[in-house]
Formats: sequence, C-alpha cells, structure tokens
Amino acid sequence: MGLFNVTSSPHVREKTDTQRIMLYVILSLLPAACFGVYNFGIKALVLIVVSIITCVCSEWLYNHIVHKKQTITDLSAVVTGLLLALNLPSSLPWWMAVLGGAFAIFVVKCVFGGLGQNFMNPALGGRCFLMISFTGAMTNFSAFDGFTGATPLASIKAGESVDVMKMLIGTIPGTIGETSVVCLLLGAIFLLVTGVIDLKIPASYIITFSVFAMLFGGHGFDSAYLVSQLCGGGLMLGGFFMATDYVTAPITPNGKILYGIALGILTGVFRIFGASAEGVSYAIIFSNLLVPLIERVTVPPAFGIVKVKKGGDAS
Amino acid sequence: MSDNRIGERLKNGLLIENPTFVMMLGMCPTLAVTTSGINGLGMGLSTTIVLTMSNLIISLLRNVIPDRVRMPAFIVVVASFVTIVQFLVQGFVPSLYAALGIYIPLIVVNCIILGRAESFASKNPIIPSTFDGIGMGLGFTCSLTVIGCVRELLGSGKIFNMVILPSDIYTPITIFVLAPGAFFVLSVLVAVMNVVRKKMDAKGKPLAAPVGCLADGCAGCSMANSCTGKLTADKKGGE
Repeated sequence: MGLFNVTSSPHVREKTDTQRIMLYVILSLLPAACFGVYNFGIKALVLIVVSIITCVCSEWLYNHIVHKKQTITDLSAVVTGLLLALNLPSSLPWWMAVLGGAFAIFVVKCVFGGLGQNFMNPALGGRCFLMISFTGAMTNFSAFDGFTGATPLASIKAGESVDVMKMLIGTIPGTIGETSVVCLLLGAIFLLVTGVIDLKIPASYIITFSVFAMLFGGHGFDSAYLVSQLCGGGLMLGGFFMATDYVTAPITPNGKILYGIALGILTGVFRIFGASAEGVSYAIIFSNLLVPLIERVTVPPAFGIVKVKKGGDAS
Repeated sequence: MSDNRIGERLKNGLLIENPTFVMMLGMCPTLAVTTSGINGLGMGLSTTIVLTMSNLIISLLRNVIPDRVRMPAFIVVVASFVTIVQFLVQGFVPSLYAALGIYIPLIVVNCIILGRAESFASKNPIIPSTFDGIGMGLGFTCSLTVIGCVRELLGSGKIFNMVILPSDIYTPITIFVLAPGAFFVLSVLVAVMNVVRKKMDAKGKPLAAPVGCLADGCAGCSMANSCTGKLTADKKGGE
C-alpha cells in the first residue's frame, strides 16, 4: 500500500500488517517453545507441531466450507496453535491437542466471524475446553527428567517451599511453554521493543496481582513467595502473550489498565481462594468477556470535543 | 381447518413447529436436564403428560374461562397436572425424580405448555387440542432424548446407561455432560435442523408450512398474549 493516498484520514500508514505482527509474536514465542522442547523432549515438539497443523487446517477447512476468503496466510492460526500447545502439559495425548485446536478455531474463532470478531482468546478457549473435558490429563505435569510431580504453584498451595532459581530458568514441571520465565521475558522484551505489545496490560496485571498476593496470600511481604507466585504457572505467558491479544483486549488506554487490574484481581482470587493452584487462563477469558464493558466506560474524549456522548474513539 | 387433523397435529409438533429445534421454547429444561438420554426422555414424557392433559382440560373449558383471567386459570390447570406428575415420578421412579430435581415443578412455567394453551387449546376443539399436546410433547421428548443421548455418548461413552464406547478405546469428553456441552450440542443440532430445512425447501418440499405472523407460529411470538388471533385465524383459513 502506498504511503501517500488521496483519501480521507488517516494519511500516514504504517507498513505493519496482521501477518507481520503475527510473525513477531511467533518469533517471540520461539525461545519459550524451544526451551519447552529441550525441557520435555520430543513429545513437546510433537504436540506443538500437531497443534499448529490442526489450527491451520481447521481455519482452512472452515473458510472452505462456508466459502469465505482464505485467511490462513495471516498466520493468526499458527499463533493460536503455538499458544495452545505452550499451554498444554507435554504428557497430553496428541489427539487431545487436535481436539483443543479444532475447538479453538471452529467454535471460539470462526463461528463468531474469524480474526477480529472472536470475543475470547481462541488458544485459551481451547485450553479451557480441554481443561474441563480432560482434567486428569491436563493436570498431569511431567518434569524435564520424566519425573511426574507437583508444579511449584501446587507446592506453594500445599505450603511447601520452592526453588525460585529453578523457576526462573524453567527446569520445573508445568505446561510446555510456561516454565521458563527467562525465555518468556526474552520474547516479551522483543515484543515490547518492536512495539507489538503495550506495557500497560502486563504491567498493571503484574502490579495488581502482586498487591493482591501480598494482601491476601497469607505471607505478607515475603519476597520469595511473591516472586514464586509471579514466576510460577502461566502468569508470565498469559500476561505478556495472551492477555495482550489485540482482538480480545481493550483498545482504549485507560481500558487497558482497567483490564490489567481485573486480570490481576481475578488471578489472585482464583489462585489464593480457588480450589486449583492455577487461575491465569480462566482470569484471562473471564476478563475477555468484560472487555466490551470496559471499553464502554473508558472511551477517551475525542480531540477538541469537550463532552463525548457515545462512540468517540480516539485510537 | 385441514391442519386440525390428528396426523397433521402430530407432524406439526414433531417437525414443523418442533418446540426445541424450531421454536426454541422451553430452553431451561432442555439445557439443564439433558445430561443423559434417560433424563431427557423422562423430562420429555413428564412434560408430554402435562401438556396433553392441560390442553384437553383447557380446550374443554375454553368457553367457560373468561378472557381476562385466562392466564391464572391456565396456570391452575397446568399446576394441578404438574403436581400429579411430580408425585407419580417421585413415587415410581425416585432415581429420575432425584435427577430432574427442581425441573419437574418448573414444568408449570414451561413456555411450551402455556404457549400451546394460549395459542391452540383455548381456541380449538378437544380432539385436535389433545393431539396437539401429544404432538408437541413428543416433539419435545424426541429433541430432549436426542440431545441427552448425544451428550451422554460424548461425555461418558454410553447411551441409556449402556456402554457404547468402552473406556479403553474412548476417553470421555467430560465437558459434554457439563453445562457448556448442552449449548454446544443444542446449537449443532439446531444448525443441522436448519440445513435439513433448507435442503427440503430447495427440493420444493418445504418442511415448514407458510404462516401468517411469524415463521415460528404464535407460541414463538412475543405479541401472542395481546394478539387478537385475527392473523392466526387468517393463517388457518389460508391453509
């Protein structure tokens, strides 16, 4: 697209398109994915490949059936497949990944109108579908050496101590992509530097969750507890890569902060007061549903207009 | 009044105005109790009995009940039969009673029953009204049983408690016996029904009879309560 078009505003366009953004997201997830494969072995690689292939094929199939323009080249299905796989434990049978990927694309994304229309993060929708359907298989975490054990979050919940250093590097039980905080932060920094994501959502999420954990976690200002809560589970993966999904996050600046606060509180409630140790994925899909409300109350006033009644969108 | 023939009434209830898949009535029990085929069947049959009997009585009393208090009168009739059915189920099939729980008393406010009373039984003679109740009830029963069977098969590998898919070849997808599964199965079945309907239309054998007010008939119409019935009468005369 030419930079100088005789059209109404906006006159200056960036060359960035959906495909490029998705490519950046894939690149930023690669360190975590590679570490997952290193950590959990060939089974993790198989799951990642199966999940991506399923998502792309599902999207192609849906578009083919309903005679829509093929959208698989925008790579969004690849991102969904990759994110879904990173949210699965490596011991999961491959056909469950197929089911989850198909559910994510068909039910969560395509029937609502495809990319841009889905009200919920497809990868997380697929994960929660699998979580509810196959709770046993989805919480069967095997560590890097084939030892099946509790995740650090479950250990914290049970009142045991955890090794924070191991959690940073990632040699712990968990889902394929969530274990290594270092790799995830590497990807997150790449996304922040390239401007793909905005710091508002992850920052307000993490700060709110920290405050919540300090207030209600029962450990006061114990920094080891706080760091292990932040590094454990899917908080880093969810906060930087899934909560910031363009489609399902608010677009208003204040809305993003509000959304992060909602995420933080919900994650805290689910983790500390809930029955299971993890709550990031449910917090994110629940907040996804709040987004239309959040956007409605945080519409910024349009430039030069003192009082905005409705629908003034400055972004 | 060709559509008052018995066969026509049964076909109407089962297919043309199927309460669940076409008119989307009675969604509450449809989604809540269809965790297994037997629950769906039990709920459907209970509703059928109430629907048939209340249609019969309301049709009998249609010239006695004053127009202004018809709603309370209908409710009293329906509630009486629901109470009878509730006691019968509780006495003879306690396991079903336990599974259906609050949804048996809630048959009183099932919109199918009030809908049929309002739109059909209160305006038509006894025999068609009774068979309208049977047809609608069977349509509801079939829908609930189908939903229940699909959910039970996918969610636990069984149909009517008989193991169809043994656990060593099939891992049950638990979500289908939980609440979200009801929505998934219902929406897919409604979609299938619409595809069939379109195919039939394309073949020139429309499944849905052309109607005057709404494609769904009066029971699906929000104006049914205040409607004078003139359009309905036109529609019936037109057929």
